[in-house]
Amino acid sequence: MSDTIHLEVSRYSPETDAAPHFQTFEVPFRKDWVVLDALNYIKDKQDGSLTYRWSCRMGICGSCGMLVNGEPKLTCATFLADYAPAPVRVEPLRNFPVVRDLVIAMNDFMRKLTRMKPWLIRKEEKPLSEGEYLQTPEQVDMYKQFSMCINCMLCYAACPVYGLDPLFAGPAAIALAQRYNLDSRDEGSKDRFPVLSQHDAIWGCTFVGECTRVCPKHVDPASAIQQYKLTAAMDWVKSVLMPWGGK
Amino acid sequence: MKSTAPVPAYTLNHPRWYRKRVSTYWWLQRWEYLRFVLREISSVFIAYFVVLMLFEVYFLARGPQAYADFQDLLKNPLIIALNFVSFFFVVFHSITWFNLSARAMTVRVAGKRVPGFLISGSNFAAWVVISTVIVWFLMRG
Repeated sequence: MSDTIHLEVSRYSPETDAAPHFQTFEVPFRKDWVVLDALNYIKDKQDGSLTYRWSCRMGICGSCGMLVNGEPKLTCATFLADYAPAPVRVEPLRNFPVVRDLVIAMNDFMRKLTRMKPWLIRKEEKPLSEGEYLQTPEQVDMYKQFSMCINCMLCYAACPVYGLDPLFAGPAAIALAQRYNLDSRDEGSKDRFPVLSQHDAIWGCTFVGECTRVCPKHVDPASAIQQYKLTAAMDWVKSVLMPWGGK
Repeated sequence: MKSTAPVPAYTLNHPRWYRKRVSTYWWLQRWEYLRFVLREISSVFIAYFVVLMLFEVYFLARGPQAYADFQDLLKNPLIIALNFVSFFFVVFHSITWFNLSARAMTVRVAGKRVPGFLISGSNFAAWVVISTVIVWFLMRG
């Protein structure tokens, strides 16, 4: 096997370029190298102007999401060996505006995430003297899967609905709303309901299921959305059958 | 009128983001997207079969002659071809949705989540049982 591998990296400089183009780099091929190692090698040794986000190198920070051969991936967990000897194509995440090279603007995701109120909402805080809010392992299990989300936005890059309708709240934001809805310590599900039950939120989802397939943390956002559709539909049925019932 | 003013220079506070338009043919670019679009289209064929079934019942209620005439109409090669394609889509629709059912439903028994293959599996099992009963009913003679 060859001791080098080619990386075709998408470059975009807002100062000079009208559109991104590809630049090919030749980097050493090592079987323990991930795509991010190759990008770091390029930045250190070949072209210091290459711009991309990364931080932890261990699939926790969610910064290094990019398209590798068209597939949304965490580049810190995507081995060159899985693609060798063919060239590896690295592009910024799909469905987001490109700021420079491999860096995308995440403002839209951050705004949508905040609208979901992804934090514990209490009607009344317990005084500190009463101690912490305790949970059983079963109660933790209810939301644990959805709490594994690292906000890497790979699901947004995989979601055709988000690509076609930028108003769609998107997989991760809804999964994180559901993470708090299912938390026994949280009392905010009624606050989240008006945001979640809109056409731009759960009802925008057509269950393509790609968000779940690309999720590096096995969060299964598609499942969170379908489950919430069921909750919202049941809520509607209840309000029709028992209009007098307290909400 | 198109503005002739030069594009403002890039500054930190005036970035120029590159936005790529989604192609009209986005659903042809990946097999997963195409499979999704086929699954969505399959509901048209499901609706067609439902309407066809309602017509069968309607003509059945109007007597043997009306039903026989309707059956003759269905022997048209074009309708047979349409039914053949529809059958393929109905099977595709059922399989894809049964596979997804486990993701839309979380069933908990005694606090433990029932594994997905049991939920899809029970759908498939019900499908096989009901189909067998119908085939048995028709083949009985």
